[in-house]
Amino acid sequence: MKKTNIQHRVKDHILEGSKAIALTINNINLDVVSAYPITPQTHIVEDLAQFKADGKAEYEYIRAESEFAAASIILGACATGARVYSATSSQGLLLMVEVLYNISGMRLPIVMTCANRAVSAPINIWNDHSDAMAVRDSGWMQFFAENHQEAVYQHLLAYKVAEKMSLPALVNVDGFILTHSYEPVSIPSKSLIKKYLPDYKPETGTYLDPNNPVTMGGFFSSDSYFKTRENIVTDFNLSLQEIKKEYRKLKKVFNFKDDSNGLVEYSGPKKPKVILVTMGSLAGTIKETIKDYQEVGLLKITTFRPFPSEEIIKAAGMCENISIIEKAVSPGSGGPLYSEIRAAISQTGKRNIKNYIVGLGGKDISQKMIQKIIKDSRNKGKQITFIG
Amino acid sequence: MEQIRIHGRGGQGVVTAAELIAIAAFNEGKYAQAFPNFGVERTGAPIQSYARISSEPIITREQIYHPTVLIIQDATLLDTENIIHGTNKETVFIINAPKNYQLKIKLPSKKVFFCAATEIALKIFGKNIVNTVILGAFARHSGLVTLEALKIAIKEKFHDKGISIIEKNIKAIEQAYND
Repeated sequence: MKKTNIQHRVKDHILEGSKAIALTINNINLDVVSAYPITPQTHIVEDLAQFKADGKAEYEYIRAESEFAAASIILGACATGARVYSATSSQGLLLMVEVLYNISGMRLPIVMTCANRAVSAPINIWNDHSDAMAVRDSGWMQFFAENHQEAVYQHLLAYKVAEKMSLPALVNVDGFILTHSYEPVSIPSKSLIKKYLPDYKPETGTYLDPNNPVTMGGFFSSDSYFKTRENIVTDFNLSLQEIKKEYRKLKKVFNFKDDSNGLVEYSGPKKPKVILVTMGSLAGTIKETIKDYQEVGLLKITTFRPFPSEEIIKAAGMCENISIIEKAVSPGSGGPLYSEIRAAISQTGKRNIKNYIVGLGGKDISQKMIQKIIKDSRNKGKQITFIG
Repeated sequence: MEQIRIHGRGGQGVVTAAELIAIAAFNEGKYAQAFPNFGVERTGAPIQSYARISSEPIITREQIYHPTVLIIQDATLLDTENIIHGTNKETVFIINAPKNYQLKIKLPSKKVFFCAATEIALKIFGKNIVNTVILGAFARHSGLVTLEALKIAIKEKFHDKGISIIEKNIKAIEQAYND
């Protein structure tokens, strides 16, 4: 084998995905971290605990007795005006669900990482998106990262938009595939992060403060409750523009270019015959595969909540064949992403929209499988297919 | 793109080996990726890990189905599982076994190299942890990373484990390299 000697690397480090996320989180001026370990999220919170033990972190690290407790602790801390963080996976996220609804209802700008993992039973520690889909309606923004670098930037974006809109955000990173892999990545410095994400200073009267007493999460009559739910929906819709705006700023401050607008990213020909749609790390494998296909494009959904319907219509609405490849399924229906894309695209006319369920419980998704999907994507007929 | 697949057993440091390869290649200015594939998380269970090295950014995340290098940390795995799947006549095999080891199966390639990693590991560490040892043979026979880059990768990766561990590992890969 030939020895190659190439000197054109652009990233600063080669790191485990979890480490890259933990280093970034530590560079954000954070007040409180609370977490309970669960595979495959564990390395992130272990690293954060280690930074604290080594005197390299300024946040308070509160060990919790469960994920329910961890979520409750960050809820309480955030309600006093603190910037907080936690991370979890799978069963851990599901144990948090009640608190997640409270957090969004109380309009607390909390950011959490979900290292995506299958949900029991049977027990499985590997990656899919079942956990994220289980909290789809909890009122949290949801971002999905393709690689380490995107995960790093999405956490900064998540805090920025969360604090501007008073909405919580979940950053989804594929368990093991991203959390336990090594690849080149750059970690933004504290000073540069501060330029993009100033210290969190909530307005007086919006948090628990003995000098300005307020009640949070109290009893609401039907009329007021109805209105607050409506308000959350309105603000989610407004956050679409905010994400785009803040993503543009992010690129400027951290000096990088990509084809994403923060909501979706299209790569491929101008007039594709087939568009594949996916979320998360699978986008990389698909991009590699479609290098050999001139008529196939990929639409990567980076923001799942708020759902960027208009952006999806703009990017894929005119394409005849649209295939949604996803790592989750709603028994009795289909893939959650498929259902929503079908609803959005149906406004543009009759399209051949197909759904491929892949990778459940960490089943490897090979380029060969993607080729098979591309081959099948123009066939009319069966709409939901399991490829495993 | 070079694709390295490592087979071993839980506890042998299969995952760390792939990470060290990626770190070493990255430090030499290449793009690199490493990731694990655990079966079940227990000592002794067959485990695979993967590393890719390229002059271009690596974006695929599929497991490695057609390795250009196959590292076998435990030769007994050859008897029980089809761990050579996807290999061809160009694949470089690095096998932890004594030089006179008789393989029970025929490998598709003539580029087969044995490294007595267990022997070296027992001598230096007092236990059968062969992951770093066998990388010495990997560096020599694949030429994909230099011995020097591997040593630096070990210093980086084992930074928190102390100087004694680092020195032992460096000694081990040097022995395997020169074996």
